[in-house]
Amino acid sequence: MCENCGCGHVETFKVIPMQDAPGENARLAGASHQHVHEHVDADGRRYTHVHSHSHDATALHEHTHGHGEIHAHAGEELIQTVPVHLPILIKNDRLAERNRGYLNATGTIAINLVSSPGSGKTMFLAKTLELLNGKVSAAVIVGDLETANDAERLRGKGAPVVQVTTGTVCHLDAEMISSGMEQLDLNICRILFIENVGNLVCPASYDLGESMRVVLISVTEGEDKPLKYPPIFRGARFVVISKTDLLSASGIDIATLRRNIHAVAPEATVVEVSARTGEGMQVWIAILNSLGENPR
Amino acid sequence: MHEISIMQDTMQLAIEHLQKSGGSEIHSIRIRVGLLSGVVPEAMEFAFDSLKAGTPAANATLEFEKMPGLFCCQSCGKDEWLDCMEFQCSGCGGLLVLREGGADLELTQMKIS
Repeated sequence: MCENCGCGHVETFKVIPMQDAPGENARLAGASHQHVHEHVDADGRRYTHVHSHSHDATALHEHTHGHGEIHAHAGEELIQTVPVHLPILIKNDRLAERNRGYLNATGTIAINLVSSPGSGKTMFLAKTLELLNGKVSAAVIVGDLETANDAERLRGKGAPVVQVTTGTVCHLDAEMISSGMEQLDLNICRILFIENVGNLVCPASYDLGESMRVVLISVTEGEDKPLKYPPIFRGARFVVISKTDLLSASGIDIATLRRNIHAVAPEATVVEVSARTGEGMQVWIAILNSLGENPR
Repeated sequence: MHEISIMQDTMQLAIEHLQKSGGSEIHSIRIRVGLLSGVVPEAMEFAFDSLKAGTPAANATLEFEKMPGLFCCQSCGKDEWLDCMEFQCSGCGGLLVLREGGADLELTQMKIS
């Protein structure tokens, strides 16, 4: 017999979800609402009927549904607000953490090198590899929409190179790095350089599992670039001002550029280099060497 | 730009959550966007409009909750919370440095049935 309304039908089994936090039910106290009940007769016939009742804090009343689930009461479409609170890039973030753990285990420092297109990332990396001269073991993952041109330019400089072509995607993500890393023997690699797709916007949102982000900005790009693209500069460990051989031609005020970098990335160390003339490159190499000695 | 792929991730997350909750339709999606998230709400709207057809979110709306950042003036030391990137102190004209906050990119809540 139905205990709720005494309608004389035997109810089927019930599941009473108790997952909701205590107090969820209390919210309903006193509120009157309708339920659709289904009963199954001894001969298997099903009956559905509606009845209404009120909740009060003292009377125990079982529900065949949890309040955390969607359930429509008769005659209404219930729109429920559900809290989610999940990072939108959770899939990427988890993969990035996996990459980070793997890199930690192999003792590899991963440097995510980002800049606008044409700031000189590839030239800077080529010079870096030349100067490291195999003394610090390195590997490179290069990202571009198309072509393996950058990887070609970096080959034969003493470090294995993997090119990732992203198709139409404007950034590298953790999955691409994971696939790239599979091609490399990171157990014998102290520094993994990741040359991201030339883009000052999108790569900022994607954690790759890197140890640090290095942003390159050439002297021809103007003093206010860090202010225009704060997300990418924010969180940079190093900002490399490149193409300093063009300094006088560019007319840029380095002090203003440094001030602007500091405003967005107060903790970043700024290095000035010309990969073409080699000026300042030794400072950068010394930094890499010190990182190589203290991987963590 | 990358808002398309971010919107794809958002919708995947939202639909997974809808199914877990036993619902069949998404009415609204609320997204928390930090100052430094690198995401433009207008571009997210555009991406959403082109992605939502034929999904349980086909009639849903997007809501954005913009999160401010804490800025500190290098000259007078004044702290202030601001909704947009600002580099000049409103008090003394000194250089403002962003101290904290801003990178949030979160699916905070949904209305479903």
